[in-house]
Amino acid sequence: MSDDIRNEHTGERWVYSPTVKDHFFNPRNLLLEDPAAGEFDASGMVGSPACGDVMHVWLKIDKATERVSDMKWKTFGCGSAIAATSMFSVMVTENGGMLLTEAVKLRPQDVMKRLGGLPNRKIHCSVLVDKAFRKAANEWFRTTGQVDHIQVDGARVIDAATGVTDKDIEEAVLEGAVTLEDMQKRLKAGVGASEEVRTDIEQLIRFYKEKYYG
Amino acid sequence: MPRSVYMDHAATTPLDPRVLEAMLPYLKEEYGNPSALYERGRAAKDALTDARGTVATLLGAHADEIIFTASGTESDNLAILGAARAHEAKGKHVITSAVEHHAVLACVEQLAKEGWRTTVLPVDEFGRVKPEDLAAALTEDTTVVSIMLANNEIGTVLPLRDYAKVIRDWKKAHNRGPLEAPFLHTDACQAAGALNLDVVKMGIDMLTVNGGKIYGPKGVGALYVRRGIKLRPIVFGGGQENRLRSGTENIAGIVGFAKAFELAQADCEAEGNRLAALRDMLIGGIQTRIPKIVLNGHPSERLPNNVNVSILDVEGEAVLLYLDAVGISAATGSACDSASLDPSHVILAIGRPYEFAHASIRFTLGRSTTKADMAYVLEQLPPIVEKLRAISPVKMQLDGTITGSTSAFVGDGRPHWEKH
Repeated sequence: MSDDIRNEHTGERWVYSPTVKDHFFNPRNLLLEDPAAGEFDASGMVGSPACGDVMHVWLKIDKATERVSDMKWKTFGCGSAIAATSMFSVMVTENGGMLLTEAVKLRPQDVMKRLGGLPNRKIHCSVLVDKAFRKAANEWFRTTGQVDHIQVDGARVIDAATGVTDKDIEEAVLEGAVTLEDMQKRLKAGVGASEEVRTDIEQLIRFYKEKYYG
Repeated sequence: MPRSVYMDHAATTPLDPRVLEAMLPYLKEEYGNPSALYERGRAAKDALTDARGTVATLLGAHADEIIFTASGTESDNLAILGAARAHEAKGKHVITSAVEHHAVLACVEQLAKEGWRTTVLPVDEFGRVKPEDLAAALTEDTTVVSIMLANNEIGTVLPLRDYAKVIRDWKKAHNRGPLEAPFLHTDACQAAGALNLDVVKMGIDMLTVNGGKIYGPKGVGALYVRRGIKLRPIVFGGGQENRLRSGTENIAGIVGFAKAFELAQADCEAEGNRLAALRDMLIGGIQTRIPKIVLNGHPSERLPNNVNVSILDVEGEAVLLYLDAVGISAATGSACDSASLDPSHVILAIGRPYEFAHASIRFTLGRSTTKADMAYVLEQLPPIVEKLRAISPVKMQLDGTITGSTSAFVGDGRPHWEKH
């Protein structure tokens, strides 16, 4: 595959980086048994088996410091999905644990960087772990009354005729759609039918293209 | 180094040493252009003529009915686009099946873009088109019907003779001669080396085969076109291959292809029986050792080298990576392993849910496959599945229902390729 990752030390090419390989074959912070009631402070699950990726995370929060003291997870998905979840669990728990308010700001790009890169078409898979984490964090914020910290992954309808949102466009860009034509193929044939909307969509494509591919 | 077990022969096969031997002179001293008049050109032309004769004999065809191309894909393109365009005066309708290779499906999609009406026939739970569905789809304006002989993903063998009869009966009822549309094309790339490919017995008009699946060289294909059927070329130039495929002939490749085809068809029955026994050993072994397994494809009307199972609750690419780590090469229909990130259209076409496509693993056996290889796969696969199932939060049932809460899933749990 053209987007294989090359190991800079050995020159070996593999579909994933050595770090991804390590986290895939030796996942950290796995939860193998179902948790006992009250064992964790919060949990969150996102994805769908039909789409090929499901992530479930469980958190322990230090009540005094609001730091993540433990994160455990289960994932149904491909190599990068498993590795990204594993790496994310390391990032939020290392060095005494991240502040929960900081951890919810982690984005797929941050995980990707620590993993030594992911093939372009795979970035979408790792997007899910931060969503699952935010869902769990929101549960914690709700139960502890910190409602102002709750973050919702909002979506704005860009094309009223087709109901396509900015999230749909972001995901499509992550999956490799970088022109209006790609977008129409991936989302809906009628996307951007009107001139006005088309300009909006093309702007968003440029924005996400730069954000993810530089 | 771990043991190396290649179980992806449906993707491609290694080159048979006897084939390489046959090719070598044409890569070295016999480099002539078969269109040239002098000695070296004549030697190349003789090799080309012999190869064409060999391929024709194996198909029960005449030499002038064989066109050499650069791939199975090109043969499919020439057959479908070439016949559809040459006969468009009769109408602009083509028919294919939902389980075809992309080489066929993409041609049909292209024709749709050019204004053709297209029908993609559904298949039964094993991946076979029902002859009555084909009969119902034929209309006055149908020019090409393309249905594969054996499926590359799930190994199901389709009853091509029945389809040929449907078309013959339709032509009789509509006073159409054998050189008039509709024409029946079949992609037999996966069937070569496993089934008898007598085009007259099958009653078909066009047939595709290629080298890379039969221990021959990659980059060579052939198309059988029954005498008198007009095609419009898709490649233009010096008029080689009866004006249907311009470009200097790939003599070494064509010689190698003919040799490989000859060896594969000669060995067809004995090798088929040997592989079928190994195939059934692997299918049975997987079903005994791993719970929650679904066999994809027909249990008996199946290529002797194809095993395709859905292993519920695990994702195919993850399984492949673990198998690769222990030296086993296999394939999956999971979206995560395709460039388009879409799951296998074949597994979906036989009525399985998306989850089963993501969980599908294909092992395709070949000449090098031994009983010991089967034992090795059966020893390595169960702990891999066990490990990935322990990691997985998904618990599916064999009927496709999911236990546990699905309310947590983002969106409405529907995948991106369905939101089109």
